[in-house]
Amino acid sequence: MKYVDEFREPELIKKTAEEIRRLADPNRHYRLMEVCGGHTHAIYRFGLKDILPANIELIHGPGCPVCVLPMGRIDDGLSIAKNPDVIFAAFGDMMRVPGADGSPLEHKARGMDVRIVYSPSDAIKLAKTNPKKHVMFFAIGFETTAPSTSLTLQRAQRESLRNFSVFCNHVTIIPAIRAILDSPDMRLDGFIGPGHVSTVIGCRPYEWIAQNENKPIVVSGFEPLDMLQSIVMLLRQLRAGEARVENQYTRVVPWEGNGAALRAMVDVFELRPYFEWRGLGFISQSALRLREQYAEWDAERKFDVPGIRVTDPKAAQCGEVLKGVLKPAQCKLFGKECTPEHPIGALMVSSEGSCAAYYNYEHRKAVLASSLSVVA
Amino acid sequence: MAHGAGGTASRRLIEGLFAPLLYGASSEPLGDAAHLVVNGARIAITTDSFVVKPLRFPGGSIGELAVNGTVNDLAVSGAKAEALVVTFVLEAGLPTEILQAEIQAMGEAAREAGVRIAGGDTKVVEHGKADSMYISTTGIGAPIPGVEISPASVRPGDKILISGPIGDHGITILLARGELDLEADLCSDTRSVLPFVAGMARCAAPSIRWMRDPTRGGVATSLNELARDCGLGVILHEHAVPVRDGVRGACELLGLDPLHIANEGQLLAVVAAEAADRALEALRGVAGGEESRIIGEIREQPAGAVLVTTQYGGTRIVDMLVGDPLPRIC
Repeated sequence: MKYVDEFREPELIKKTAEEIRRLADPNRHYRLMEVCGGHTHAIYRFGLKDILPANIELIHGPGCPVCVLPMGRIDDGLSIAKNPDVIFAAFGDMMRVPGADGSPLEHKARGMDVRIVYSPSDAIKLAKTNPKKHVMFFAIGFETTAPSTSLTLQRAQRESLRNFSVFCNHVTIIPAIRAILDSPDMRLDGFIGPGHVSTVIGCRPYEWIAQNENKPIVVSGFEPLDMLQSIVMLLRQLRAGEARVENQYTRVVPWEGNGAALRAMVDVFELRPYFEWRGLGFISQSALRLREQYAEWDAERKFDVPGIRVTDPKAAQCGEVLKGVLKPAQCKLFGKECTPEHPIGALMVSSEGSCAAYYNYEHRKAVLASSLSVVA
Repeated sequence: MAHGAGGTASRRLIEGLFAPLLYGASSEPLGDAAHLVVNGARIAITTDSFVVKPLRFPGGSIGELAVNGTVNDLAVSGAKAEALVVTFVLEAGLPTEILQAEIQAMGEAAREAGVRIAGGDTKVVEHGKADSMYISTTGIGAPIPGVEISPASVRPGDKILISGPIGDHGITILLARGELDLEADLCSDTRSVLPFVAGMARCAAPSIRWMRDPTRGGVATSLNELARDCGLGVILHEHAVPVRDGVRGACELLGLDPLHIANEGQLLAVVAAEAADRALEALRGVAGGEESRIIGEIREQPAGAVLVTTQYGGTRIVDMLVGDPLPRIC
């Protein structure tokens, strides 16, 4: 398969892994954060940890859209859809994320009209084929998905579509990285930068990380070879005592980002003064809401939103895991009360969530450590 | 809903509620069909219900699935289907042509599989109380001489075989629903797997340890059940598992694992190491089995789990499917 197989070529991967071993100082422990949940997923799926030297520790970051969404937002969205004339439309990613009274999928089983869509424009189609109903698209994601929500809203306005609205939960990546770096218990050597977000925002927004925080960051693709090559680039910088923004994912990410996508976002969205993130708390100017001229399509303005705030169960340590302070298995609930089947926190739901990735691919491997020697 | 998706929740429902109430304390592992002795004769019996949307899809339809699904459950228990009885649950207002087409599809599938449709029943429910048509089939079969399978007979060193590329059916259905705006040149693999079972039985009957047709939950779920039932480790070599480019591409795009995607015409088998090559030859000799492969083996460890080795020396655990596979977008 083109654009995939060449980045999974076993010989090249072995060579790159050797290069990493050569570059890594055996007397040093490296802590590298992969910002994006897609990277976390790839690391576990391809078993990359098994081929990295033990002194390179990968720490998962906050870049999983459904993981950082506080539970109250889900309950707010679902409370609107309790109206039988409202269709709740969302990406498949959202469907199993627990609210205080169950996930969208559980609400669907109880009779709520919940639909999975594969793009926001599918929600418009849904609105057109259901003219007597109101379709509310529950929008999530970083700058990766925000432009498609923008284009959809522009279209809704152009076509004066009356039975459609967006419940906006879009967030932005830079404030989240800043919050991680401000966290006193965090000591990082560098970042594997988000790939998909950067196709939209480009590489410039990361320059402060290099300049002010003196940490290297390499924007990376998602195939095994991409990620290993990014680690090589980080190690080279660390060895030379440098801190720069580099772009490994040049086949997809333009340095300046995607101008058309950014313009669409600016037309439709403005920054919220503050927004609550699961685990990270309230972060100022970290999320998007619809501008006044799109008020008619803003579910938060159209409907009564209860503004539910649900605190995570006390014992759950989603915040610490989300910040990379704890490994998934160090949470008290991991694999006991909280499993992919009975998720307590969203990190156990999304395949990009570090707990789900760790549980699915790694957890029992650790429990059954003896298996590794058998396989080798 | 997850209780019907074939993964962990389904298993818990069966083991936690159905089994204790209906079978008492019997602790026999759950197979695809029950083998009973009636008046001194051994028979195999199984039942399955079919709820499919859309009713027709590239490569098959609900009627064809309803025949092959039950024929296959019998086949992988080591029995040749002899007769089926059918129940239709129809939604009022279903066009006659649609019903007629499905009955025809059942007739053809039954002829091809060499099984008789011996009787049936029809119920009609109010409009809106069912999604156009549900079909349930119950089949009885005759045990194939020499085939005695059980998870308890599985030994370290045994080989795992598959009769062809995985995931065709699940991805075809996902795309046929038309919600994705994705197209691929794919067909469901729905077919009878009896020829594969019969082919292997002819040359290696006593060496066949275990068989499944990995439907809902895919190869990963079937192998996890095996790992649990035999208490051994199942090792799968990812690069050896045949997957068509269309399936791989769709899975890459949607964040799904082909190992979790449903099949409707593949045989997954564990065969003693010394007979594995012979069994593979037999599978390849059956029409449609040319792409059969040995995809892994049984080891002592990791006991009770499925471990996948990647091409680069990495490993990962593959668990049962939880709920339905949901595409990942954001």
